Amino acid sequence: MAETVPVLRLEGVTKTYNADTAAAVEVLHGIDLILQRREFVALTGPSGSGKSTLLNIVGLLDRPTTGKLFIDNRETSAYGDAELTRLRGHSIGFVFQHHYLLSAFTALENVMMPMLADREFPNEAMRERAHALLSEMGLAKWENNLANNLSGGQQQRVAIARALAMNPPLILADEPTGNLDTKSADTVFDMMRKINADNGASFLIVTHNNDLARRCDRIIEVVDGRIVTPP
Amino acid sequence: MQTLFILAGVAIGVGVIVFMSGLLSSLQANFIRRVLTSQPHIQIIAPDEVARPLRVAPSGVVVASIVQRPAQRLRSIDQWQMIRTQLLRRADITNVSPTVTASALAVRGDASRSITLTGIDPEVYFNIVKLPDYIILGQPRVTSEDIIIGAELAKDLGVSVGDKVNVTAASGALRALTISAIFDLGNKGANERSTFVALRTAQALSNLVGGVTSIDITIQDVYAADTIAASVQAEVGMQVDSWIKTNAQFFTAVNAQKISNTAIRGFVGLSVAFGIASVLVVSVIQRSKDIGILRAMGASQNQILRIFLLQGALLGFLGSLVGSLVGRQSLVFLHSFLRQADGSELFPLILEPSLFVAAVALASVTGVVAAAVPAIRAAKLDPVVAIRG
Ligand SMILES: Nc1ncnc2c1ncn2[C@@H]1O[C@H](COP(=O)(O)OP(=O)(O)OP(=O)(O)O)[C@@H](O)[C@H]1O
Ligand SMILES: [Mg+2]
Repeated sequence: MAETVPVLRLEGVTKTYNADTAAAVEVLHGIDLILQRREFVALTGPSGSGKSTLLNIVGLLDRPTTGKLFIDNRETSAYGDAELTRLRGHSIGFVFQHHYLLSAFTALENVMMPMLADREFPNEAMRERAHALLSEMGLAKWENNLANNLSGGQQQRVAIARALAMNPPLILADEPTGNLDTKSADTVFDMMRKINADNGASFLIVTHNNDLARRCDRIIEVVDGRIVTPP
Repeated sequence: MQTLFILAGVAIGVGVIVFMSGLLSSLQANFIRRVLTSQPHIQIIAPDEVARPLRVAPSGVVVASIVQRPAQRLRSIDQWQMIRTQLLRRADITNVSPTVTASALAVRGDASRSITLTGIDPEVYFNIVKLPDYIILGQPRVTSEDIIIGAELAKDLGVSVGDKVNVTAASGALRALTISAIFDLGNKGANERSTFVALRTAQALSNLVGGVTSIDITIQDVYAADTIAASVQAEVGMQVDSWIKTNAQFFTAVNAQKISNTAIRGFVGLSVAFGIASVLVVSVIQRSKDIGILRAMGASQNQILRIFLLQGALLGFLGSLVGSLVGRQSLVFLHSFLRQADGSELFPLILEPSLFVAAVALASVTGVVAAAVPAIRAAKLDPVVAIRG
């Protein structure tokens, strides 16, 4: 039964920026979307169509203006900031285009960050888990390097390790390979696929790369704030 | 980099405060110590003579009479032995020493100087005025033939220990006394005028055999001198002065110092607070992306808030630690640098550990308070905006 509950469900989600002002613009118009467990989905569409906006809403960084958002069957519109933060920490992993590591910390410390924020892991356990994740990404050798001293591809793999730290059921990636050369992009993409196969996390990946998009289970295309591919 | 600058700023501010407070409290404590070892805490003084008109006006008739203030003769305190016994019974009083104070003339050859003769019972009196501590030559011996004089007077008269001086009292009585010791009370006036002789000698010279002109007292709690003086006054019905009253000017000055000191502390504290706040505001802006990422990683608003509050506290703490050290070292340096002509220290350095603890604690708290505004800003950052940069 639990297996059939989708990890993500959107019902009629709209987003209006600068609502209640003269500059109000609705950039998402009634988005319905379901993401099942283990699904590995590409989100494509022209620039400015609202992909990042959608991803931020799904990631609980932003709230929909109207409509409902379910994560693991939990409806989130009534949640306060603290509850959203908690749900985000436990259920969602982020990978951004510009990897966004904390440059003053080592790769290992960056991967430990979500566990630190959660405060439920003993120090040793955090270290071990971070080390294991980095090993999986082939970065064990670099774990004590400052994030700044890694190549772009390496940094993005650290970011993926970090997204996996809390073992979330849903991983959101906003153009994770956008800044990488083809070879690094392939490596990063393969790693995400492998994680998806190994631990069953669902992925929602914004990408402009059609080759990569085609290697996903499914492609959702957004144009002008609407999903144009039938679900 | 800014962190370094603001740490230096905090350090300088705290250093100045520590330096100033340490110097002030040292000077103040030194002054009080000097006063308390060179004068009684409380003194009972014989009442002035008051002229009473002889004519008594018959009732119903108003008589205007001009009453002249009489020339003051030395008068003894009535029943001083009884008062002494009475005072010694009080628990708050530690020493009671009857003395005779009279003006006199010290003559040696052609030179003569007017002096104040204080007749003392050395056994008790030296418990009140630590005269032996101030003696630079000779022994604090006070037999009926001895006189202890100040360094300035010795120079003026061209005398030293063992020499004789002739002392003529206002009454006309004359005595030749041997100088047993020379003191330096650290005050030119006192070194010029004050002299000490046996109580008996002073009584004889001033025609006050068996009498005393004042009773000197020391007490347990020197800062309660005013209240004790008042209660003694009520008990004996005579004029009673406390050291706090006779040094009122000093305390006024100290109070003025305290006020300006507090004002300076306040302003330094404010500028430290604004310095920390401005550095943190900049830091929040510079790190907004990192803050956004942390929020995306599941860090709560409270956690972000705490990070910046802690940063403020750390800036205050570390800065004041360095500042305390710098302030302390400059005090020590100044102290070793400022010497009297003879190379002895100008004042004893009193550095209470509590001063440093208070400075560091206050600076840390100031850091937290200063961090409040930037920390709240950081916590309230919209992660979407922060990450997009
Ligand atoms: N904070 C905002 N305030 C106002 N308008 C915004 C804001 N953020 C995004 N927009 C607008 O919303 C629309 C969708 O932006 P979004 O970033 O979601 O597009 P995107 O599909 O991610 O584009 P890209 O492929 O270039 O990343 C754009 O027209 C953008 O200008
Ligand atoms: Mg985008």
